[in-house]
Amino acid sequence: MTIFTPDELTTIQLSLKVSAWATLVSLPPGIAVAWVLARREFPGKWLLDVLIHLPLVMPPVVTGYLLLMAFGRQGPLGIWLETTLGFTFAFNWTGAALACGIMGFPLLVRSVRLSIESVDRGLEQAANTLGANPAWVVVRVTLPLALPGILAGAVLCFAKALGEFGATITFVSNIPGLTQTLPGAIYNSIQLPEGEAAALRLTGVAIALSMGALLVSEWLTRRLRKREGQAR
Amino acid sequence: MTLQMDLSHHQGDFHLQVVADLPAGVTGVFGPSGAGKSTLLEIVAGLRRPKQARITLDGKVLCDTAAGRWMPPHRRGIGYVFQDSRLFPHLSVTENLNFGRRHGRAPAHPSTCAEVIELLGLARLLDRSPGSLSGGERQRVAIARALLSAPRLLLLDEPCASLDLPRREELLGYLAAVCATSSVPMLYVSHSLPEIARLAHHLLLVENGQATACGPIHELLGRVDLPGLSRSDEAGTVLLVRSIGTAEAGLCSYEHAAGVLRLPGPLVPAGQKIRLLVKARDVSLAVGEPGQLSIRNRLAATVMEVGPPHAGLCEVLLDAGGDRLLTRVTMATVGELSLQSGRRVTALIKSASLGH
Repeated sequence: MTIFTPDELTTIQLSLKVSAWATLVSLPPGIAVAWVLARREFPGKWLLDVLIHLPLVMPPVVTGYLLLMAFGRQGPLGIWLETTLGFTFAFNWTGAALACGIMGFPLLVRSVRLSIESVDRGLEQAANTLGANPAWVVVRVTLPLALPGILAGAVLCFAKALGEFGATITFVSNIPGLTQTLPGAIYNSIQLPEGEAAALRLTGVAIALSMGALLVSEWLTRRLRKREGQAR
Repeated sequence: MTLQMDLSHHQGDFHLQVVADLPAGVTGVFGPSGAGKSTLLEIVAGLRRPKQARITLDGKVLCDTAAGRWMPPHRRGIGYVFQDSRLFPHLSVTENLNFGRRHGRAPAHPSTCAEVIELLGLARLLDRSPGSLSGGERQRVAIARALLSAPRLLLLDEPCASLDLPRREELLGYLAAVCATSSVPMLYVSHSLPEIARLAHHLLLVENGQATACGPIHELLGRVDLPGLSRSDEAGTVLLVRSIGTAEAGLCSYEHAAGVLRLPGPLVPAGQKIRLLVKARDVSLAVGEPGQLSIRNRLAATVMEVGPPHAGLCEVLLDAGGDRLLTRVTMATVGELSLQSGRRVTALIKSASLGH
């Protein structure tokens, strides 16, 4: 680990922490929204769909700016959080995680939704006739069968969080040790006259982490497919 | 158990209308493909919402659209065996069996569990995954899984339809054992009359979305005014015969009030009764004592009713020693033998056509 400076190590650690939290916290609501979109019909469904997908199509800076307006020190939600819970997203790693989570959310939802839609509804009906209530059907049948898609979605979300730049820097700035993740650190290094070596090292880390995430997800998916392959 | 239904359901051009009271025991739901049999089962199970219906099971309201009452499927306690088995692919056979036990209303007693596994021959399969099972094995697991959820009513939607003939025979054997030992009332959907005749005591006839008849199976089978039943290729009547316990040249002898029947098949112990579906097209008629014939089974009978003609054919209902026996003959025969109510005839049944 001697090839990295202490600052770089802090950045890598922070990046992993931010991405992991962004993914973990996004998962439960992401799965819930994906299930609703896949299995329920209701008026205004298109609006929910559009809202979820907005971060994917809007410039990230716009998403970051909207977050700043809502959750910043002056934002209504930010003020409410600070006065009632004494908690703030502004200029710390939780803000970076929030920005990363929101940017990764649509990718997560898309992947999970597709895999839930591909679960045979006949199996859910069979579970119903065996006495399982709708919540149990989701837990015991739908989600286990959708697991490959959930894993793939989580990896996509994690990778997106690792690479998130625009929304994070707009919302919580690029403060080393506090909110500076890998892309921010690479960007900073490039701006410095002697920073190219550091930028190259961090780029290598970014590539290694992304590929690692991809490989892990491939491996898990293949294992699950194999198990289900026996089952079909 | 009684299942009372009064329902009317539209789906595109299709209209399903059923008014029926079904008693305990096994009720066959018979009709051609597309008649609405599966839709009816789905409505009873609560998997499909009817437009207008009142359905009660043992007096409990499952669905009453007029009163706005609707019981969700998981609270109905109605087991369902689907045509395509629908085992959970991510769970082992044991876990599949336990699924219904855990979520069912009253978890099946452990001894019941062992009995069901024994009854359906699943002991060897418990650790397997559903994907490694054959079609027949999967259906057996599905039947056991439904039974173990302790249902108040079991619906079976053509459980044999996806199997080839030998597997179908094998599964029918298991189903007959289930029907004989289980006290759970069942609705058994099929478009195969022999299958239903073998398993069911009661019959609901569904044609074109309409329930056209409902009653004890031997009564309905012995009617010439139900074209959906009497004119079907497999139309026939059930004779209850008693084994004499002797076999001769590969044919076992059975006693019936109207005569002795000899048919191929394994030797059945003396005294045991079997139900024999005799197809209408396999019964010939003779007046007086026929001479030398290859047909060995001859039953003395009296004509009860001559059915309406259709395409040069008609069904004739006989009384053979107190049992109804349906035959299909040409209109020419009716004239030549002057068949009419009260005429004494001999019913000839080819041994080779009989099987049970």
